[in-house]
Amino acid sequence: MNLIQTVDWAVIAPPAITAATALALLLADAALPKTWPGARRAGPLGALALLGIVLAGLSLYPLRSGDRATFCLTEGAGHCSYLADSFALIVQTLVLAGALLTVLISLPELGGRPGRPPLPPGEFWFLLLSSVTGAVLLPAARDLATLLLALEATTLPAYALVGLRRAGRAPEAALKFFLSSVTATAIGLLGISFVYAGAGSLFLAEIATALPEADPALATLAEAGVVLTLVAFAFKVSAVPFHFWVPETYLGAPLPVAGYLSVVSKTAGLAGLILVTAGAFPGFGDLWGPAVAVLAGLTMTAGNTAALRTRPDAPHSAVRLLAWSSIAQAGYLLVPLAAAAYAEDSAAALNAVGATVAYALMYAVVNLGAFAVVVRAAAGHRVADHRGLARRRPLTALAMGFFLLCLAGLPPGVVGLFAKVAVLRAAVDSGLGVLAVVAAVNVVIGLVYYLRWTAVLFREPAAPGPEPEPVSAEEGPLHTATATVTAAATAVRTRTGAPAALAVALAAVAALVLSGWPQIILHFASGGLF
Amino acid sequence: MITLDDTLMQWLLGAVVALPLLGAVAALLPAPPGLRGRDPEQAVLRHGVTVTGLVLAAALLLTAGFDTGQSARMQAETNLEWIPALSVDLHLGVDGISLPLVVLTALLTFLCALYTYFRMPDGPSARGFVALMLVLESGTLATFTVLDLMLFFLAFEMVLIPMYFLIARWGGADRARAAWSFILYTLLGSVVMLLGLLLIGVHAGTFDMTALAGLHGQNMSRSVQILAVLALGVGFAVKTPMWPLHSWLPDAHTAAPTAGSVLLAGVLLKMGTYGLVRIVLPIAPEGAEFFAPYLAAFAVTGIIYGSLACLRLARAGTGGDLKRLIAYSSVGHMGFVLLGIATLTPTGVNGALFANIAHGLITGLLFFLAGTVKDRTGTTTLDAMAGTGGARLYGRAPRLGGVLAFAAVASLGLPGPAGFWGEMLALLGAYRPAEGLSRPVFLTAMAVAAFGTLLTAAYLLIVVRRVCMGDAPPLPLAPGGASPLPSTAPETTATAGASVPGGESPGDAAAGDAGGSGAVTVVPRTEELTDLRPHEYAAFVPLVLLTLLAGLWPAVLLHLTDPAVQSLLPGVGR
Repeated sequence: MNLIQTVDWAVIAPPAITAATALALLLADAALPKTWPGARRAGPLGALALLGIVLAGLSLYPLRSGDRATFCLTEGAGHCSYLADSFALIVQTLVLAGALLTVLISLPELGGRPGRPPLPPGEFWFLLLSSVTGAVLLPAARDLATLLLALEATTLPAYALVGLRRAGRAPEAALKFFLSSVTATAIGLLGISFVYAGAGSLFLAEIATALPEADPALATLAEAGVVLTLVAFAFKVSAVPFHFWVPETYLGAPLPVAGYLSVVSKTAGLAGLILVTAGAFPGFGDLWGPAVAVLAGLTMTAGNTAALRTRPDAPHSAVRLLAWSSIAQAGYLLVPLAAAAYAEDSAAALNAVGATVAYALMYAVVNLGAFAVVVRAAAGHRVADHRGLARRRPLTALAMGFFLLCLAGLPPGVVGLFAKVAVLRAAVDSGLGVLAVVAAVNVVIGLVYYLRWTAVLFREPAAPGPEPEPVSAEEGPLHTATATVTAAATAVRTRTGAPAALAVALAAVAALVLSGWPQIILHFASGGLF
Repeated sequence: MITLDDTLMQWLLGAVVALPLLGAVAALLPAPPGLRGRDPEQAVLRHGVTVTGLVLAAALLLTAGFDTGQSARMQAETNLEWIPALSVDLHLGVDGISLPLVVLTALLTFLCALYTYFRMPDGPSARGFVALMLVLESGTLATFTVLDLMLFFLAFEMVLIPMYFLIARWGGADRARAAWSFILYTLLGSVVMLLGLLLIGVHAGTFDMTALAGLHGQNMSRSVQILAVLALGVGFAVKTPMWPLHSWLPDAHTAAPTAGSVLLAGVLLKMGTYGLVRIVLPIAPEGAEFFAPYLAAFAVTGIIYGSLACLRLARAGTGGDLKRLIAYSSVGHMGFVLLGIATLTPTGVNGALFANIAHGLITGLLFFLAGTVKDRTGTTTLDAMAGTGGARLYGRAPRLGGVLAFAAVASLGLPGPAGFWGEMLALLGAYRPAEGLSRPVFLTAMAVAAFGTLLTAAYLLIVVRRVCMGDAPPLPLAPGGASPLPSTAPETTATAGASVPGGESPGDAAAGDAGGSGAVTVVPRTEELTDLRPHEYAAFVPLVLLTLLAGLWPAVLLHLTDPAVQSLLPGVGR
């Protein structure tokens, strides 16, 4: 009997490359001359980070057939801990593409903005790539231990990223993020231990068969385990009621990190949620199905109503609005997952899960695009600062309008519309009529703030008048900084333009292509997955 | 009329839908050398006229190639796979129901572009205006030609954003609120409609409208059909608009720029009734039968409600606005369309389709005229236009006044112009509704609707009298000699107004009630208003001619629609 597992390095290349790049970045930062200022270091290190992410992306290509696995048991059913199936590959592609855009929009931020403490580039890139490693590993993980490890690898560096600036509200945001996240993880661990007690295995495939047949005495324990495990992942997806950390964290974090959290980290959490619910607990659909459905409805409603109440001229309203909108979008993402629990057969369930993946792909592209425009466009990060953007930068304004309408799901954002259609269809298909109606009403609520923002972009620039006074006292220091920033905006624009503009262009082109051929992502919703 | 081969017809139809979209993109790009014109504004407005003109030409050629002998069959059909995952196909085609609407849309948009070329509404640059108008055209034309439910939804939604911006950027007073209520109402309706479409698609297993129409709801249970029709009906009823879901319409019409109002009334409202005829009637016949009496009840309520609202607006001293009045009259007219559809008979549905086209022509003309009058007098408030200091179009701009009177008379349904046949056929359909429908209900509806035509006549004649006639210039009489008549019964004043000078001093009815105080403070304007200009002739004459043509020779349209309607309705009875 051979107890030694063979490791197929080609299969684990994507997370391995990102991890190696993260370490290389840390070493390179130490090797660079001490006299270089942070802004000067950011460039070469950023290039290295980009290279690592692109290489990791390329290493997915040989795996495209989607049937490779490694870290397999050499006995028994031969379960594997790492499975590069098409689901894993799609989510990994999404994560890496999101990471690529995040790196591009981080470059201007690391270049240092007047009036803000600069970020230490070496640490920033190391932490970012470490988190990406976790997010790349997560969708391929097929046992609960690897899954939780990957989840923590995604999240732990993120706390530090949020608090990296160590000024303003960043430490508080990081602490809040940390405490709520750790609580969720602890609950999740408890749940996993319950599940292990019931099923006697940590492999998802084995849990799926063993847990429903567990000792009847352990049935309650198993059910509690299922619910508690979901909590850890619901937190990452920022579903209600685990969403309170989101607005504060996004506001305190450097803007690219907020974008990263809203897309990459959320997708990783979602992938985990899919693996746990549809992969490990398919037999408990009547337990987690209603729970996810209720979560979805509450999440989108809470996110949308809060986004609706965000005043466009409040400080940092653009980030605040994107934060709440990302919560609302998480609600839509959960709808097909809930539908999967009610599906008639496993093919329909997989199609529903595919609708979630398709929606996540659409959301990732346009949401990061929107963050890139916010980085590029307005110094004060207020929605009101975007007024007249169409006059100053017509293409950026058109791209932003397009991203927002994709998020709203209205033409010309065709891909957003059909992603929403796929989500609603999954709900109607499984007979979740009430949830479909709630989602439909939420689409209308969402339109109000997305369209309000779009309208601001194309409004004529405001006549020069007195600057609006800072609204709240705690924003005072930040606002004086904002004034400095506005003064230096022209100087910054020349220096920070290129990478962020590239990010906007990439996202816009991707969204346009997807609008012309929505089939590219939507085929996951009809048997293109697994 | 002429024979074109199938491929050419397919390309023509494709061009009709795609050209405006390409034109919209081109409008945003800088003009190429040689097409720069006098200045960028003029160049882009000319671009709009060119593109809409090309679309109109393509639509006319399509009509010429259309085999009228087989108008029940889909022609120029294209079916390409687009999103197999959602089974969404690029399935286009026209039959006798959609062809008139396609031509109407192309014509009205072209006339709007032409009108705008000479009279750009106040607001930001023309570039955005033209691009948005072209996207709007593409969306409406797509709505009338697509044969796939999901594509229909896409096209249905495509008009929202352009119309929102047309109202919010180039509109008049209170435009922001009007634009919001327009888009929120319609979007709320259309997402509910989407659920209905999905319900149909999921249960019938296809989104293809021709396949679904062929099934006549066979593989959908009665309860599913009722649920689906309820959801679809809400979406279409908001768009049509059906009372009581109409409240976005008056604001949107009043605030929109002239071209926006014309397209909104002439084309966008038709999307709702078209959806009812094209999707609800054939695809879910049992559901349609269930809701038909309710639809009829709401329809006639809308007729009476719209007429009463117009009567109130038309009266002196109420501050009524001409555009708002035309908007409310649309609620009434679309009530006739809905009543015709609710009868589920070929007669009624043909009448509804006829009234659709007639309303598009006549109301489009009325909104053009309202815009023109506003250009001349600077206002659309009836009180300001009536009376001594008012427009008095017959005296000051006789041709403009004449066209306005013609449009009003056409709108009230006098035999001759097109307005008559649609209402007539709808009433006739209600007299003998389809089997299975309660005849007393429809007879009542018919009686109420017929009463509505009287009210319609009343307010339109009042409007004509007040705007076109006004008062005679005061003669040098002793004070109190010209005792103004307080307007009480609309009928009498409407007729009496022709001979007796009506009694309104500008914007103030109190003076009229004071009874012959003779306190005419405003010196009446006797100078000529500019009469119709060439570009206004160009915009109005086609509409006037088509209104007369359809009125005097209704067979042109009915010949097209009737076979198609017959094939949509066999399951329900005739």
